[in-house]
Amino acid sequence: MHWNAVLRVGAALVALAMAATGCGQQQSLGTGTSTPPVAQDARFEPGTTMAKIANAHAIRIGTKFDQPLFGQQTLGGKLTGFDTEIGRTIAGALGISPDQVQWVEAPSAQREELIKQGKVDLVVATYTINDKRRQQVSFAGPYYIAGQSFMVKSDNNTITGPDSLRPTKARVCSVQGSTPAENIRKYIDPNQLTVFDVYSKCADALRTGQVDVVTTDNVVLLGFVANSNGGFKLVGDTFTKEPYGIGIRKGDVAFCTFINNALTQAAKSGVYANAWKTTAGKVTTQTPELPALDPCS
Amino acid sequence: MDIILDNFGLYRDGLLKTLQICIYAAIGSLVLGTVIATFRVSPFPPLRATGTAWVTVFRNCPLAVVLFFCAFGLPELGIRGAYFWFGVSGLVLYTSAFVCEAVRSGINAVPLGQAEAARAVGLTYVQSLRQIVLPQALRSVVPPLGSVMIAMVKNSAIVGAFGVGGDLFSVQARLTSAQGLALIPVLLGVAAGYLIITIPAGVALGAIERRLSVVR
Repeated sequence: MHWNAVLRVGAALVALAMAATGCGQQQSLGTGTSTPPVAQDARFEPGTTMAKIANAHAIRIGTKFDQPLFGQQTLGGKLTGFDTEIGRTIAGALGISPDQVQWVEAPSAQREELIKQGKVDLVVATYTINDKRRQQVSFAGPYYIAGQSFMVKSDNNTITGPDSLRPTKARVCSVQGSTPAENIRKYIDPNQLTVFDVYSKCADALRTGQVDVVTTDNVVLLGFVANSNGGFKLVGDTFTKEPYGIGIRKGDVAFCTFINNALTQAAKSGVYANAWKTTAGKVTTQTPELPALDPCS
Repeated sequence: MDIILDNFGLYRDGLLKTLQICIYAAIGSLVLGTVIATFRVSPFPPLRATGTAWVTVFRNCPLAVVLFFCAFGLPELGIRGAYFWFGVSGLVLYTSAFVCEAVRSGINAVPLGQAEAARAVGLTYVQSLRQIVLPQALRSVVPPLGSVMIAMVKNSAIVGAFGVGGDLFSVQARLTSAQGLALIPVLLGVAAGYLIITIPAGVALGAIERRLSVVR
Protein backbone atom coordinates (compact mmCIF):
# COMPACT_ATOMS: atom_id res chain seq x y z
CA MET A 1 0.00 0.00 0.00
CA HIS A 2 2.71 2.39 1.06
CA TRP A 3 4.92 1.67 -1.95
CA ASN A 4 1.89 1.72 -4.17
CA ALA A 5 1.21 5.28 -3.07
CA VAL A 6 4.84 6.23 -3.63
CA LEU A 7 4.72 4.79 -7.16
CA ARG A 8 1.51 6.59 -7.93
CA VAL A 9 2.90 9.95 -6.82
CA GLY A 10 6.03 9.22 -8.89
CA ALA A 11 3.98 8.45 -11.97
CA ALA A 12 2.02 11.66 -11.54
CA LEU A 13 5.27 13.65 -11.32
CA VAL A 14 6.65 12.03 -14.47
CA ALA A 15 3.39 12.74 -16.32
CA LEU A 16 3.54 16.33 -15.18
CA ALA A 17 7.14 16.72 -16.36
CA MET A 18 6.24 15.21 -19.71
CA ALA A 19 3.28 17.53 -20.09
CA ALA A 20 5.47 20.50 -19.23
CA THR A 21 8.18 19.67 -21.75
CA GLY A 22 5.69 18.57 -24.42
CA CYS A 23 4.55 22.15 -24.98
CA GLY A 24 5.50 23.51 -28.37
CA GLN A 25 6.61 20.13 -29.70
CA GLN A 26 6.22 19.78 -33.43
CA GLN A 27 4.57 16.75 -34.84
CA SER A 28 3.18 15.58 -38.15
CA LEU A 29 -0.25 14.09 -37.76
CA GLY A 30 -2.65 12.30 -40.03
CA THR A 31 -5.67 13.60 -41.88
CA GLY A 32 -8.94 14.49 -40.23
CA THR A 33 -12.49 13.62 -41.03
CA SER A 34 -13.14 15.85 -44.05
CA THR A 35 -10.72 16.26 -46.92
CA PRO A 36 -10.25 19.82 -48.14
CA PRO A 37 -9.09 20.12 -51.76
CA VAL A 38 -5.36 20.49 -52.46
CA ALA A 39 -4.38 23.00 -55.13
CA GLN A 40 -2.28 21.26 -57.77
CA ASP A 41 -0.94 24.24 -59.69
CA ALA A 42 -0.31 26.68 -56.85
CA ARG A 43 2.07 29.45 -58.04
CA PHE A 44 2.99 32.50 -56.05
CA GLU A 45 4.97 35.67 -56.49
CA PRO A 46 8.57 35.07 -55.31
CA GLY A 47 9.38 36.51 -51.91
CA THR A 48 5.89 36.16 -50.48
CA THR A 49 5.07 33.96 -47.49
CA MET A 50 2.92 31.82 -49.79
CA ALA A 51 5.84 31.17 -52.17
CA LYS A 52 8.11 30.32 -49.25
CA ILE A 53 5.65 27.80 -47.84
CA ALA A 54 4.74 26.29 -51.23
CA ASN A 55 8.39 25.89 -52.26
CA ALA A 56 9.39 24.34 -48.94
CA HIS A 57 6.32 22.13 -49.24
CA ALA A 58 5.84 22.42 -45.51
CA ILE A 59 3.56 24.53 -43.37
CA ARG A 60 3.60 24.85 -39.60
CA ILE A 61 0.19 25.61 -38.09
CA GLY A 62 -0.36 26.42 -34.43
CA THR A 63 -3.58 25.15 -32.86
CA LYS A 64 -5.01 23.98 -29.54
CA PHE A 65 -4.46 20.31 -28.72
CA ASP A 66 -7.00 20.21 -25.91
CA GLN A 67 -10.01 22.15 -27.19
CA PRO A 68 -12.89 19.75 -27.91
CA LEU A 69 -14.57 20.30 -31.31
CA PHE A 70 -12.00 22.92 -32.40
CA GLY A 71 -8.56 21.47 -31.97
CA GLN A 72 -8.23 18.26 -29.99
CA GLN A 73 -5.66 15.52 -30.20
CA THR A 74 -7.16 12.06 -30.11
CA LEU A 75 -5.49 9.19 -28.25
CA GLY A 76 -4.18 7.97 -31.60
CA GLY A 77 -2.39 11.29 -32.11
CA LYS A 78 -4.74 12.68 -34.75
CA LEU A 79 -5.94 16.26 -34.51
CA THR A 80 -9.63 16.85 -35.06
CA GLY A 81 -11.78 19.95 -34.89
CA PHE A 82 -13.05 22.95 -36.78
CA ASP A 83 -9.83 24.93 -36.33
CA THR A 84 -7.69 22.11 -37.70
CA GLU A 85 -10.07 21.76 -40.70
CA ILE A 86 -9.69 25.48 -41.40
CA GLY A 87 -5.91 25.03 -41.12
CA ARG A 88 -5.99 22.11 -43.56
CA THR A 89 -8.13 24.15 -45.97
CA ILE A 90 -5.56 26.95 -46.03
CA ALA A 91 -2.74 24.42 -46.42
CA GLY A 92 -4.64 22.90 -49.35
CA ALA A 93 -4.91 26.29 -51.05
CA LEU A 94 -1.10 26.48 -50.83
CA GLY A 95 -0.76 23.09 -52.51
CA ILE A 96 0.07 21.18 -49.36
CA SER A 97 -1.84 17.99 -48.60
CA PRO A 98 -3.40 17.63 -45.14
CA ASP A 99 -0.94 14.97 -43.96
CA GLN A 100 2.03 17.22 -44.69
CA VAL A 101 0.89 19.88 -42.23
CA GLN A 102 3.11 20.18 -39.17
CA TRP A 103 0.94 20.93 -36.16
CA VAL A 104 2.37 22.92 -33.27
CA GLU A 105 0.57 23.15 -29.96
CA ALA A 106 -0.46 26.77 -29.34
CA PRO A 107 -1.89 27.30 -25.83
CA SER A 108 -3.65 30.64 -25.34
CA ALA A 109 -0.79 32.32 -23.53
CA GLN A 110 1.84 31.36 -26.13
CA ARG A 111 0.09 32.27 -29.39
CA GLU A 112 1.62 35.71 -29.95
CA GLU A 113 5.13 34.49 -29.10
CA LEU A 114 4.91 31.51 -31.48
CA ILE A 115 4.00 33.88 -34.34
CA LYS A 116 6.54 36.56 -33.44
CA GLN A 117 9.38 34.06 -33.09
CA GLY A 118 8.50 32.49 -36.46
CA LYS A 119 7.89 29.05 -34.97
CA VAL A 120 4.60 28.79 -36.87
CA ASP A 121 3.37 30.20 -40.19
CA LEU A 122 -0.13 30.78 -38.88
CA VAL A 123 -2.25 30.14 -35.78
CA VAL A 124 -5.82 28.83 -35.89
CA ALA A 125 -6.63 28.33 -32.21
CA THR A 126 -9.97 29.82 -31.05
CA TYR A 127 -8.06 33.07 -31.29
CA THR A 128 -10.28 36.11 -30.63
CA ILE A 129 -9.36 39.18 -32.69
CA ASN A 130 -8.88 42.25 -30.49
CA ASP A 131 -6.93 45.50 -30.63
CA LYS A 132 -4.44 44.51 -27.93
CA ARG A 133 -3.43 41.44 -29.91
CA ARG A 134 -3.41 43.42 -33.17
CA GLN A 135 -0.48 45.40 -31.78
CA GLN A 136 1.61 42.22 -31.84
CA VAL A 137 0.24 40.11 -34.72
CA SER A 138 -2.03 40.47 -37.78
CA PHE A 139 -5.28 38.58 -38.27
CA ALA A 140 -6.93 37.10 -41.33
CA GLY A 141 -10.63 36.30 -41.09
CA PRO A 142 -12.67 36.15 -38.88
CA TYR A 143 -13.76 32.67 -39.88
CA TYR A 144 -16.24 32.25 -37.02
CA ILE A 145 -18.01 34.48 -34.48
CA ALA A 146 -18.22 32.88 -31.06
CA GLY A 147 -19.85 34.49 -28.03
CA GLN A 148 -20.09 34.08 -24.30
CA SER A 149 -22.91 31.82 -23.16
CA PHE A 150 -24.02 29.68 -20.20
CA MET A 151 -23.93 25.97 -19.40
CA VAL A 152 -26.17 24.48 -16.70
CA LYS A 153 -27.29 21.02 -15.64
CA SER A 154 -29.91 19.59 -17.99
CA ASP A 155 -32.65 19.75 -15.33
CA ASN A 156 -32.07 23.44 -14.55
CA ASN A 157 -34.82 25.68 -15.91
CA THR A 158 -34.28 28.80 -13.78
CA ILE A 159 -31.25 30.20 -15.64
CA THR A 160 -32.24 31.81 -18.93
CA GLY A 161 -29.58 34.45 -19.57
CA PRO A 162 -27.26 36.96 -17.91
CA ASP A 163 -30.11 38.89 -16.26
CA SER A 164 -31.47 35.80 -14.53
CA LEU A 165 -28.27 35.23 -12.53
CA ARG A 166 -28.73 37.88 -9.83
CA PRO A 167 -32.39 37.12 -8.94
CA THR A 168 -31.71 33.36 -8.74
CA LYS A 169 -28.50 33.93 -6.70
CA ALA A 170 -26.83 31.45 -9.07
CA ARG A 171 -23.24 30.44 -8.29
CA VAL A 172 -21.28 31.13 -11.46
CA CYS A 173 -17.97 29.52 -12.42
CA SER A 174 -15.35 30.73 -14.88
CA VAL A 175 -11.57 30.89 -15.30
CA GLN A 176 -9.38 33.24 -13.29
CA GLY A 177 -8.22 36.23 -15.31
CA SER A 178 -10.19 35.30 -18.43
CA THR A 179 -12.26 37.77 -20.45
CA PRO A 180 -15.52 35.84 -19.78
CA ALA A 181 -14.90 36.07 -16.01
CA GLU A 182 -14.46 39.85 -16.26
CA ASN A 183 -17.54 40.20 -18.52
CA ILE A 184 -19.82 38.34 -16.13
CA ARG A 185 -18.89 40.50 -13.11
CA LYS A 186 -21.30 43.16 -14.42
CA TYR A 187 -24.25 40.79 -14.01
CA ILE A 188 -23.57 39.24 -10.58
CA ASP A 189 -22.48 40.04 -7.02
CA PRO A 190 -18.81 39.29 -6.27
CA ASN A 191 -19.63 36.40 -3.95
CA GLN A 192 -21.59 34.64 -6.70
CA LEU A 193 -18.40 34.08 -8.72
CA THR A 194 -16.14 31.04 -8.34
CA VAL A 195 -12.93 30.99 -10.36
CA PHE A 196 -10.60 28.13 -11.27
CA ASP A 197 -7.53 27.89 -13.48
CA VAL A 198 -9.18 25.71 -16.18
CA TYR A 199 -12.75 25.14 -17.39
CA SER A 200 -12.66 21.39 -16.74
CA LYS A 201 -12.66 22.17 -12.99
CA CYS A 202 -15.72 24.38 -13.49
CA ALA A 203 -17.44 21.52 -15.32
CA ASP A 204 -16.58 19.20 -12.43
CA ALA A 205 -17.96 21.70 -9.90
CA LEU A 206 -21.15 21.93 -11.98
CA ARG A 207 -21.47 18.15 -11.99
CA THR A 208 -21.09 17.87 -8.20
CA GLY A 209 -23.52 20.74 -7.62
CA GLN A 210 -20.93 23.12 -6.16
CA VAL A 211 -21.84 25.76 -8.79
CA ASP A 212 -24.99 26.32 -10.86
CA VAL A 213 -23.65 27.91 -14.05
CA VAL A 214 -20.44 27.77 -16.08
CA THR A 215 -19.83 30.69 -18.42
CA THR A 216 -17.36 31.22 -21.27
CA ASP A 217 -17.39 31.15 -25.09
CA ASN A 218 -20.23 28.98 -26.42
CA VAL A 219 -17.86 26.75 -28.39
CA VAL A 220 -15.83 25.86 -25.31
CA LEU A 221 -19.06 25.00 -23.50
CA LEU A 222 -20.31 22.95 -26.48
CA GLY A 223 -17.30 20.68 -26.02
CA PHE A 224 -18.25 20.00 -22.41
CA VAL A 225 -21.92 19.51 -23.33
CA ALA A 226 -20.84 16.97 -25.97
CA ASN A 227 -18.83 15.00 -23.39
CA SER A 228 -21.43 15.13 -20.60
CA ASN A 229 -23.74 12.32 -21.82
CA GLY A 230 -26.72 14.65 -21.65
CA GLY A 231 -25.87 15.94 -18.19
CA PHE A 232 -25.28 19.56 -19.25
CA LYS A 233 -26.99 21.94 -21.68
CA LEU A 234 -26.43 25.43 -23.07
CA VAL A 235 -28.96 28.14 -22.21
CA GLY A 236 -29.61 31.60 -23.58
CA ASP A 237 -28.13 33.33 -26.59
CA THR A 238 -24.58 34.58 -26.72
CA PHE A 239 -24.27 38.01 -25.14
CA THR A 240 -20.79 38.96 -26.39
CA LYS A 241 -19.08 38.70 -29.78
CA GLU A 242 -15.73 36.89 -30.05
CA PRO A 243 -14.56 36.92 -33.68
CA TYR A 244 -12.08 34.08 -34.20
CA GLY A 245 -9.24 35.05 -36.55
CA ILE A 246 -6.17 33.43 -38.06
CA GLY A 247 -3.04 34.87 -36.51
CA ILE A 248 -0.09 35.64 -38.81
CA ARG A 249 3.11 37.68 -38.67
CA LYS A 250 2.32 41.37 -38.14
CA GLY A 251 2.02 43.34 -41.37
CA ASP A 252 1.98 40.38 -43.80
CA VAL A 253 -0.85 41.88 -45.92
CA ALA A 254 -0.31 39.58 -48.92
CA PHE A 255 -0.62 36.43 -46.77
CA CYS A 256 -3.69 37.85 -45.03
CA THR A 257 -5.35 38.60 -48.38
CA PHE A 258 -4.48 35.11 -49.63
CA ILE A 259 -6.02 33.45 -46.53
CA ASN A 260 -9.15 35.58 -46.80
CA ASN A 261 -9.53 34.56 -50.47
CA ALA A 262 -9.06 30.92 -49.51
CA LEU A 263 -11.76 31.27 -46.82
CA THR A 264 -14.18 32.91 -49.27
CA GLN A 265 -13.47 30.15 -51.78
CA ALA A 266 -14.05 27.47 -49.13
CA ALA A 267 -17.37 29.06 -48.16
CA LYS A 268 -18.49 29.12 -51.82
CA SER A 269 -17.52 25.51 -52.53
CA GLY A 270 -19.14 24.14 -49.39
CA VAL A 271 -15.82 23.08 -47.83
CA TYR A 272 -16.39 25.53 -44.97
CA ALA A 273 -19.86 24.17 -44.15
CA ASN A 274 -18.58 20.60 -44.45
CA ALA A 275 -15.67 21.35 -42.08
CA TRP A 276 -18.20 22.60 -39.51
CA LYS A 277 -20.62 19.69 -39.93
CA THR A 278 -17.93 17.05 -39.44
CA THR A 279 -16.58 18.71 -36.28
CA ALA A 280 -18.37 21.26 -34.08
CA GLY A 281 -21.59 20.75 -36.06
CA LYS A 282 -21.97 17.32 -34.47
CA VAL A 283 -23.32 18.84 -31.26
CA THR A 284 -25.32 21.74 -32.69
CA THR A 285 -27.93 21.95 -35.42
CA GLN A 286 -26.89 25.40 -36.63
CA THR A 287 -24.28 25.73 -39.35
CA PRO A 288 -22.64 29.16 -39.39
CA GLU A 289 -22.06 31.26 -42.51
CA LEU A 290 -18.58 32.64 -43.07
CA PRO A 291 -18.70 36.06 -41.33
CA ALA A 292 -17.84 39.29 -43.17
CA LEU A 293 -14.04 39.34 -43.33
CA ASP A 294 -12.03 42.21 -41.85
CA PRO A 295 -9.89 44.18 -44.34
CA CYS A 296 -6.22 43.20 -44.28
CA SER A 297 -3.79 45.78 -42.96
CA MET B 1 3.72 52.42 -8.93
CA ASP B 2 0.83 53.81 -10.98
CA ILE B 3 -0.48 50.29 -11.54
CA ILE B 4 -0.63 49.69 -7.77
CA LEU B 5 -2.26 53.06 -7.03
CA ASP B 6 -4.77 52.74 -9.89
CA ASN B 7 -5.87 49.33 -8.67
CA PHE B 8 -5.51 50.05 -4.96
CA GLY B 9 -9.05 48.83 -4.20
CA LEU B 10 -8.37 45.46 -5.81
CA TYR B 11 -5.09 45.05 -3.89
CA ARG B 12 -6.74 46.09 -0.61
CA ASP B 13 -9.60 43.61 -1.06
CA GLY B 14 -7.06 40.90 -1.92
CA LEU B 15 -5.01 41.70 1.18
CA LEU B 16 -8.08 41.51 3.41
CA LYS B 17 -9.18 38.21 1.85
CA THR B 18 -5.71 36.70 2.34
CA LEU B 19 -5.64 37.97 5.92
CA GLN B 20 -9.05 36.41 6.52
CA ILE B 21 -7.90 33.04 5.14
CA CYS B 22 -4.70 33.18 7.21
CA ILE B 23 -6.37 34.07 10.51
CA TYR B 24 -8.83 31.18 10.26
CA ALA B 25 -6.10 28.81 9.09
CA ALA B 26 -3.70 29.93 11.86
CA ILE B 27 -6.25 29.32 14.62
CA GLY B 28 -7.31 26.00 13.10
CA SER B 29 -3.82 24.66 12.49
CA LEU B 30 -2.42 25.73 15.89
CA VAL B 31 -5.25 23.99 17.74
CA LEU B 32 -5.30 20.91 15.52
CA GLY B 33 -1.48 20.68 15.39
CA THR B 34 -1.19 20.80 19.18
CA VAL B 35 -3.84 18.09 19.56
CA ILE B 36 -2.02 15.89 17.05
CA ALA B 37 1.27 16.53 18.90
CA THR B 38 -0.27 15.26 22.15
CA PHE B 39 -1.40 12.18 20.18
CA ARG B 40 2.18 11.61 19.05
CA VAL B 41 3.59 11.63 22.60
CA SER B 42 0.63 9.75 24.07
CA PRO B 43 1.30 6.45 25.91
CA PHE B 44 -1.66 4.90 24.02
CA PRO B 45 -0.34 3.20 20.81
CA PRO B 46 -3.42 3.75 18.55
CA LEU B 47 -3.30 7.48 19.25
CA ARG B 48 0.46 7.54 18.54
CA ALA B 49 -0.15 5.68 15.27
CA THR B 50 -2.90 8.15 14.30
CA GLY B 51 -0.61 11.11 15.02
CA THR B 52 2.27 9.60 13.07
CA ALA B 53 0.05 8.73 10.11
CA TRP B 54 -1.42 12.25 10.09
CA VAL B 55 2.00 13.88 10.00
CA THR B 56 3.29 11.41 7.39
CA VAL B 57 0.37 12.07 5.04
CA PHE B 58 -0.06 15.82 5.35
CA ARG B 59 3.60 16.80 5.71
CA ASN B 60 4.59 14.80 2.65
CA CYS B 61 1.75 15.64 0.25
CA PRO B 62 2.11 18.85 -1.77
CA LEU B 63 -0.31 21.51 -0.55
CA ALA B 64 -1.87 21.67 -4.02
CA VAL B 65 -2.79 17.98 -3.77
CA VAL B 66 -4.33 18.41 -0.30
CA LEU B 67 -6.32 21.40 -1.58
CA PHE B 68 -7.38 19.45 -4.64
CA PHE B 69 -8.85 16.72 -2.47
CA CYS B 70 -10.63 19.31 -0.32
CA ALA B 71 -12.10 21.26 -3.26
CA PHE B 72 -12.96 18.33 -5.56
CA GLY B 73 -12.84 15.19 -3.42
CA LEU B 74 -15.24 16.36 -0.72
CA PRO B 75 -18.06 17.34 -3.17
CA GLU B 76 -17.55 13.94 -4.80
CA LEU B 77 -18.35 12.38 -1.40
CA GLY B 78 -21.53 14.44 -1.24
CA ILE B 79 -20.13 17.15 1.03
CA ARG B 80 -21.29 20.55 -0.28
CA GLY B 81 -19.85 23.76 0.98
CA ALA B 82 -18.29 27.09 0.15
CA TYR B 83 -14.93 26.85 -1.60
CA PHE B 84 -13.61 29.34 0.96
CA TRP B 85 -14.02 26.79 3.76
CA PHE B 86 -12.70 23.94 1.62
CA GLY B 87 -9.60 26.05 1.00
CA VAL B 88 -9.17 26.98 4.66
CA SER B 89 -9.62 23.31 5.64
CA GLY B 90 -6.91 22.21 3.22
CA LEU B 91 -4.51 24.83 4.55
CA VAL B 92 -5.32 23.80 8.15
CA LEU B 93 -4.75 20.08 7.47
CA TYR B 94 -1.43 20.75 5.74
CA THR B 95 -0.12 23.27 8.25
CA SER B 96 -1.24 21.21 11.26
CA ALA B 97 1.38 18.56 10.41
CA PHE B 98 4.17 21.15 10.66
CA VAL B 99 2.70 22.69 13.82
CA CYS B 100 2.51 19.21 15.32
CA GLU B 101 6.19 18.50 14.69
CA ALA B 102 7.26 21.88 16.10
CA VAL B 103 5.16 21.36 19.24
CA ARG B 104 6.42 17.79 19.61
CA SER B 105 10.01 19.00 19.51
CA GLY B 106 9.10 21.43 22.30
CA ILE B 107 7.53 18.65 24.35
CA ASN B 108 10.65 16.53 23.89
CA ALA B 109 12.75 19.45 25.11
CA VAL B 110 10.93 19.50 28.46
CA PRO B 111 13.08 17.46 30.86
CA LEU B 112 11.60 14.02 31.47
CA GLY B 113 11.72 14.64 35.23
CA GLN B 114 8.98 17.25 34.88
CA ALA B 115 6.48 14.75 33.50
CA GLU B 116 7.59 12.11 35.98
CA ALA B 117 7.17 14.52 38.88
CA ALA B 118 3.72 15.47 37.60
CA ARG B 119 2.67 11.84 37.50
CA ALA B 120 4.27 11.25 40.92
CA VAL B 121 2.08 13.90 42.56
CA GLY B 122 -0.95 12.19 41.07
CA LEU B 123 -1.80 14.24 37.96
CA THR B 124 -3.40 12.31 35.11
CA TYR B 125 -1.77 12.19 31.66
CA VAL B 126 -4.01 14.97 30.33
CA GLN B 127 -3.51 17.10 33.46
CA SER B 128 0.27 16.70 33.37
CA LEU B 129 0.29 17.71 29.70
CA ARG B 130 -1.93 20.75 30.22
CA GLN B 131 -0.50 21.99 33.53
CA ILE B 132 3.15 21.03 33.35
CA VAL B 133 4.49 19.95 29.97
CA LEU B 134 2.67 22.03 27.30
CA PRO B 135 3.15 25.44 29.01
CA GLN B 136 6.89 24.83 29.04
CA ALA B 137 6.93 23.26 25.58
CA LEU B 138 4.98 26.04 23.86
CA ARG B 139 7.33 28.74 25.18
CA SER B 140 10.31 27.12 23.53
CA VAL B 141 8.58 26.58 20.18
CA VAL B 142 7.54 30.17 19.45
CA PRO B 143 10.36 30.70 16.91
CA PRO B 144 9.74 27.50 14.88
CA LEU B 145 5.96 28.01 15.09
CA GLY B 146 6.46 31.55 13.82
CA SER B 147 8.30 30.19 10.79
CA VAL B 148 5.49 27.71 10.17
CA MET B 149 2.89 30.49 10.38
CA ILE B 150 4.81 32.74 7.99
CA ALA B 151 5.19 29.84 5.58
CA MET B 152 1.44 29.35 5.87
CA VAL B 153 0.74 32.96 4.89
CA LYS B 154 2.80 32.44 1.74
CA ASN B 155 1.19 29.05 1.07
CA SER B 156 -2.22 30.73 1.18
CA ALA B 157 -1.41 32.07 -2.31
CA ILE B 158 -2.28 28.62 -3.68
CA VAL B 159 -5.70 28.55 -2.02
CA GLY B 160 -7.03 31.19 -4.43
CA ALA B 161 -6.68 28.82 -7.38
CA PHE B 162 -9.11 26.33 -5.82
CA GLY B 163 -12.33 28.23 -6.31
CA VAL B 164 -11.71 30.80 -3.58
CA GLY B 165 -10.43 33.65 -5.71
CA GLY B 166 -10.13 37.28 -4.71
CA ASP B 167 -7.06 36.71 -2.53
CA LEU B 168 -3.91 38.75 -2.86
CA PHE B 169 -2.20 36.44 -5.32
CA SER B 170 -5.18 36.12 -7.67
CA VAL B 171 -5.17 39.91 -8.03
CA GLN B 172 -2.23 39.19 -10.32
CA ALA B 173 -4.30 37.09 -12.74
CA ARG B 174 -7.06 39.68 -12.93
CA LEU B 175 -4.67 42.53 -13.66
CA THR B 176 -2.34 40.76 -16.10
CA SER B 177 -4.38 38.32 -18.17
CA ALA B 178 -7.75 40.09 -17.99
CA GLN B 179 -6.60 43.71 -18.17
CA GLY B 180 -3.33 43.15 -20.00
CA LEU B 181 -1.09 45.03 -17.54
CA ALA B 182 2.64 44.32 -17.33
CA LEU B 183 3.44 41.36 -15.10
CA ILE B 184 6.45 42.62 -13.12
CA PRO B 185 4.95 45.80 -11.58
CA VAL B 186 1.73 43.92 -10.80
CA LEU B 187 3.69 41.19 -9.02
CA LEU B 188 5.78 43.75 -7.13
CA GLY B 189 2.50 45.04 -5.71
CA VAL B 190 1.50 41.50 -4.74
CA ALA B 191 4.87 40.93 -3.08
CA ALA B 192 4.50 44.17 -1.13
CA GLY B 193 1.09 42.97 0.04
CA TYR B 194 2.51 39.75 1.45
CA LEU B 195 5.33 41.65 3.16
CA ILE B 196 2.72 43.88 4.81
CA ILE B 197 1.36 40.74 6.46
CA THR B 198 4.53 38.75 7.13
CA ILE B 199 6.97 41.42 8.39
CA PRO B 200 4.69 42.71 11.20
CA ALA B 201 3.86 39.08 11.97
CA GLY B 202 7.58 38.39 12.41
CA VAL B 203 8.01 41.45 14.65
CA ALA B 204 5.02 40.40 16.76
CA LEU B 205 6.41 36.90 17.12
CA GLY B 206 9.73 38.34 18.34
CA ALA B 207 7.85 40.32 20.99
CA ILE B 208 5.88 37.25 22.07
CA GLU B 209 9.10 35.25 22.29
CA ARG B 210 10.74 37.88 24.57
CA ARG B 211 7.67 38.06 26.80
CA LEU B 212 7.35 34.33 27.23
CA SER B 213 11.01 33.51 27.70
CA VAL B 214 11.89 32.30 31.17
CA VAL B 215 15.24 31.83 32.79
CA ARG B 216 15.88 28.15 33.24
